[in-house]
Amino acid sequence: MIEFTSLDQMLRDTKQSGLPLWENILLSDCARQNIPREESMARMATMLEVMVQADEGYRAGDRSASGLVGGDGGRMAAYAQAGNTLCGPFLSDVMAGALRMGECNACMKRIVAAPTAGACGVLPAVLLPYRRHFGAGKDQLVQALYVAAGFGMVIAERASISGAEGGCQAEIGSAAAMAAPALVHLQGGSPEQMVHACAMAVKNLLGLVCDPVGGLVEVPCVKRNVIGAMDALSAAQMALAGIESRVPADQVLDAMAEVGRSLPHTLRETGKGGLAATPFGMEYAPKEP
Amino acid sequence: MNLFDILGPVMVGPSSSHTAGAVRIGRMARALLGQKPIQAELLLHGSFASTGEGHGTHQALIAGLLGLAPDDSRVPASFALAKERGLEFTFGSCTLRDVHPNSVLIRLEGAQGGRLEVGASSPGGGRIRVFRVDGLDTSFSGELPTLVVHNTDQPGCVSQVTGVLAGRGLNVATLQLNRGGRGGSAVMVIECDQPIPQEAAQEVRALPGILRVTRYTPEEEAL
Repeated sequence: MIEFTSLDQMLRDTKQSGLPLWENILLSDCARQNIPREESMARMATMLEVMVQADEGYRAGDRSASGLVGGDGGRMAAYAQAGNTLCGPFLSDVMAGALRMGECNACMKRIVAAPTAGACGVLPAVLLPYRRHFGAGKDQLVQALYVAAGFGMVIAERASISGAEGGCQAEIGSAAAMAAPALVHLQGGSPEQMVHACAMAVKNLLGLVCDPVGGLVEVPCVKRNVIGAMDALSAAQMALAGIESRVPADQVLDAMAEVGRSLPHTLRETGKGGLAATPFGMEYAPKEP
Repeated sequence: MNLFDILGPVMVGPSSSHTAGAVRIGRMARALLGQKPIQAELLLHGSFASTGEGHGTHQALIAGLLGLAPDDSRVPASFALAKERGLEFTFGSCTLRDVHPNSVLIRLEGAQGGRLEVGASSPGGGRIRVFRVDGLDTSFSGELPTLVVHNTDQPGCVSQVTGVLAGRGLNVATLQLNRGGRGGSAVMVIECDQPIPQEAAQEVRALPGILRVTRYTPEEEAL
């Protein structure tokens, strides 16, 4: 049974169980929660369905409360449609998806926090275009969500998934570190490769600060969903190529926790440092009541 | 923690603490009032007051008072819905001592004339904590079946109430008791491991010295 406190333990237990990693995550969580497998799977399928609905419900004309966010998902999709993009059709689709979901959240639409509302764009941004470009079925995507959630549990246990606690590395970084092993799963990679993908995704965004303009989940949160998705894809591709994280994954998560604790208060979701404290950001600073 | 704390909740954006948690606070206040609220005064504290507007916190609180769930697409349009359903409300700000920055004080009046004041915080991830009921300090999250009992401060109240629960095989997980002053009014908050049936609440209500009983069942939020 997976304890969700260590990626190493997750690997060892999965090897012993003889189960695919996604299924071991599913069954371990069902045992902990004392719920039937079918109930869990139906719920996970709903999560996927809500992601699809949110993505399809995006409207480029919507604007956030501050007016700072909206329309970029439409811009990116239009640019991709025109062809001859820098990043090619798949990555352009990923970037547009991340922007769409981030904007949906900022505009008070219904989304799936994954692991947080501010980082809700990363997972759907890689999974939904993956389905379109590589032809994965719904069952495979649900399995990928189990992989993502299982890794997310370990990150939450060992480090943090809260920007107020650990900075943006804990939100967008965690989302990328969940999406990377999910992508490795979809591409038929091994559990070891999934763990390396997770570790590399975390390492590449280590130290990212949470500095939202006006304290709102808008700037730079929406666009950071794009870099989270790109981080996940590059980490997954490195792992699939046989590239390994030199630092063991659990130690990477411990470093993330340590870095989070070291971040000053101003860079942990208070809206008082970084981009929030620029002259531009200060124009949107909350007025003390 | 389980997998759906990581992938989930399904919620209306943009913030689990300032939006989803605010909806839950509104729902909790409505449940504790025990009737349809028709009048509400909401005083926002700290970050709720300073960044609430950009996070839709105001709409979220009203949505909760109307009984909407955090994933209800009507959350952003809750003001119009309140008008339709006859809930009048005002917003203000306040400074509370020793509470989380994401906090609100809500004063409610119900359709049957009931009144209630609730203070609650939303510390993150959509979780909430009630820190005050009718001027008396308390602390509960609504994650367990909860019984909130207003009683007069007199000997035997606690043992009678817990006796009713024990008689029905309900295990008490936590028990808090706070009073305004000796012999005055008191609030007892009891969190149980099992769902508290309506009959148990009625039995408690009938005990001597009991002024009001509210039963709170954790929401069956499927998502």
